[in-house]
Amino acid sequence: MSEFPEYLSFKFGIYVADIVNWLIDNFESFFDAVRDLILWFLLKVDFALHWIPWWIIIVGVFLLGWRIKKLPSGITYALMLFIVGLFGLWDQMISTLSLVLTSVVISLIIGIPIGILMAYSNRLESFMKPLLDGMQTMPSFVYLIPAVIFFSLGTVPAIFATTIYSVPPVIRLTNLAIRNVDKEMLEAAHSFGSSPWQILTKVEIPQAMPTIMTGVNQTTMMAMAMVVIASMVGAKGLGSEVLIAINRIDIARGFEAGLSIVFVAIIIDRITQGIADRFRIPE
Amino acid sequence: MTERIKVENLYKIFGKNPKSVLKKLKQGMTKDEILQKTGHAVGVNNVSFNVHEGEIFVIMGLSGSGKSTLIRCLNLLHKPTAGNIFVDGDNIVTYDKQQLRKFRQEKIAMVFQHFGLFSHRTVLENVEYGLEIKNVPREERRKIAKQTLATVGLESWGDNMPHQLSGGMQQRVGLARALANDPDILLMDEPFSALDPLIRREMQLELLDIQSKLKKIIIFITHDVNEAFKIGDRVAVMKDGKIVQVGTPEEILTNPTNEYIKDFIKDIDRSKILQAKHVMIKPLALASLKNGPKVAMKEMEENGISSLFVVDKDRKLQGIITIDDTVKAIKENKPLKDIMKQDYSTTSPETYVQDLIPKASEAKYPIAVVDDTNKLLGVVVRVSVLSGLI
Ligand SMILES: Nc1ncnc2c1ncn2[C@@H]1O[C@H](COP(=O)(O)OP(=O)(O)OP(=O)(O)O)[C@@H](O)[C@H]1O
Ligand SMILES: [Mg+2]
Repeated sequence: MSEFPEYLSFKFGIYVADIVNWLIDNFESFFDAVRDLILWFLLKVDFALHWIPWWIIIVGVFLLGWRIKKLPSGITYALMLFIVGLFGLWDQMISTLSLVLTSVVISLIIGIPIGILMAYSNRLESFMKPLLDGMQTMPSFVYLIPAVIFFSLGTVPAIFATTIYSVPPVIRLTNLAIRNVDKEMLEAAHSFGSSPWQILTKVEIPQAMPTIMTGVNQTTMMAMAMVVIASMVGAKGLGSEVLIAINRIDIARGFEAGLSIVFVAIIIDRITQGIADRFRIPE
Repeated sequence: MTERIKVENLYKIFGKNPKSVLKKLKQGMTKDEILQKTGHAVGVNNVSFNVHEGEIFVIMGLSGSGKSTLIRCLNLLHKPTAGNIFVDGDNIVTYDKQQLRKFRQEKIAMVFQHFGLFSHRTVLENVEYGLEIKNVPREERRKIAKQTLATVGLESWGDNMPHQLSGGMQQRVGLARALANDPDILLMDEPFSALDPLIRREMQLELLDIQSKLKKIIIFITHDVNEAFKIGDRVAVMKDGKIVQVGTPEEILTNPTNEYIKDFIKDIDRSKILQAKHVMIKPLALASLKNGPKVAMKEMEENGISSLFVVDKDRKLQGIITIDDTVKAIKENKPLKDIMKQDYSTTSPETYVQDLIPKASEAKYPIAVVDDTNKLLGVVVRVSVLSGLI
């Protein structure tokens, strides 16, 4: 058996650990502030979603599906939610939704401006592109490590990891969309003496909106894909149900929770895609 | 005529280091050499011209000759590499961002080849755009936009989206959007090139009609010679980033300064631009009322012609005599007055050659070109009208 010589070693991890420790030591109050902010937002969302009566949510989803797609879609989505309720997982589903919603909102707040800056700066784009590629190929588990280090256990690190994992599509597509705005249209906007802000808000963002919405859809789906993994650091919801079922080898419980996740994912996907289609501008 | 725009030694070079290339260009390197050696594209190469109040100034040239680059320098969508552009005495090249925005908001507007309409806004919102940028209150800009839309005949289309309109209508929206701002200067970069010929002709007439009311300064780009000469008060011909000739359509047609321009105007339908005064020639000979038939006969024989126009001492046209009648008159000893005929046709000097064609095909004699007082200015020879060999 051939062995790699032991004297050739480079303990890169030590330096990373040093940097992380240094960050924690020096930016503790910063991380605390971020934690408080995330928590505050999450609690609001969670409270609001738990407060709405279950049947209103079902009717709401039915109406959305009907208006955005068609009547059978509305019925199907409503039925799916009803089944989740029958499984006794309504409460967990709402928790999962709050987590996903919070992560998506944070992703958009971070991702859209970064995407816009990237579109404006070739240098930033060539720096960000490999980074985004890396983020998307990285196994999602990996994000749990810094999340736990910075925010310990609970829902906040789950949201942190979910956000990092799901932010690349919206950045990427915002950048692409802004760069692809028709050149002559931009010239027209400039020729009327628009300020940079007017160009951005009156021309570029409206023109980019359909593509950005596709990014929102993808980001949401990626956040959904994180829910089981996020539960490993302590987030409550459908994800933790699956996790518990795995640990106990409880097939029935695992199946119900898994199916519920699939249902919720389908509903969110179709509805956000429908909304994205609404934004499409006919040429 | 007041001069409103004055462009002096304008250069625009595209590439990483335009200033260094500018030196080489001034030292006499050609556009092609510069592209090969330095990878820079020369868009505009030492261009100077003036535009006057109320003038339609057409820039024409083949693809790649630098027309779009030049017109985009005029509102600084392209920043010139060197040179000056004076608009009402102000050198706009030196404007800072704030001044430039004000200039674009108030003085100048542009119409684009592919219309450049905002596809996410309704037709009315498109027309409003310039006013919105200037922070004109909503009610007021609505009103102005509606009025402007009416001047291009689209008052009932305001709530539609641009894609619901035909190409011709979309360009009317583009024109309305530019006009809504009430700019002094209108830049039009091949505005009708994307339209089919019939709509195009209609739009040309409409533009001339609008211009006769609004009297803007219009800088109009085209690669179509017929369009250039139909619309332009003056035409500049561009080649390889340079202006090779500027003049009225007539000047360019009658006196093209080089082969490039001759080539360019070869395919033009000249009869639509040229007027009688441009193609008339001086009569080889004339008969005077005070002379007898013998003198007239001698003139005809010497010049090998079979008829003569007769004029009085003020050169007022009296009639025409033929060689046959003159021979008879000599035999019978009659004065010219008795054999003079009136069956010739006359035309004013401003009549288009096109409109002379029916007359020319019937006429037995050359067509007499006379002014309001019936004074003979020249003659148009039939053959030159009919064969188009002007
Ligand atoms: N943004 C640019 N970057 C580099 N080169 C350019 C740019 N714009 C124009 N050029 C070059 O400048 C020259 C003039 O181009 P321009 O577009 O002004 O020509 P044009 O007369 O408008 O042609 P067309 O009739 O095809 O519109 C061309 O050689 C072109 O390649
Ligand atoms: Mg062009």
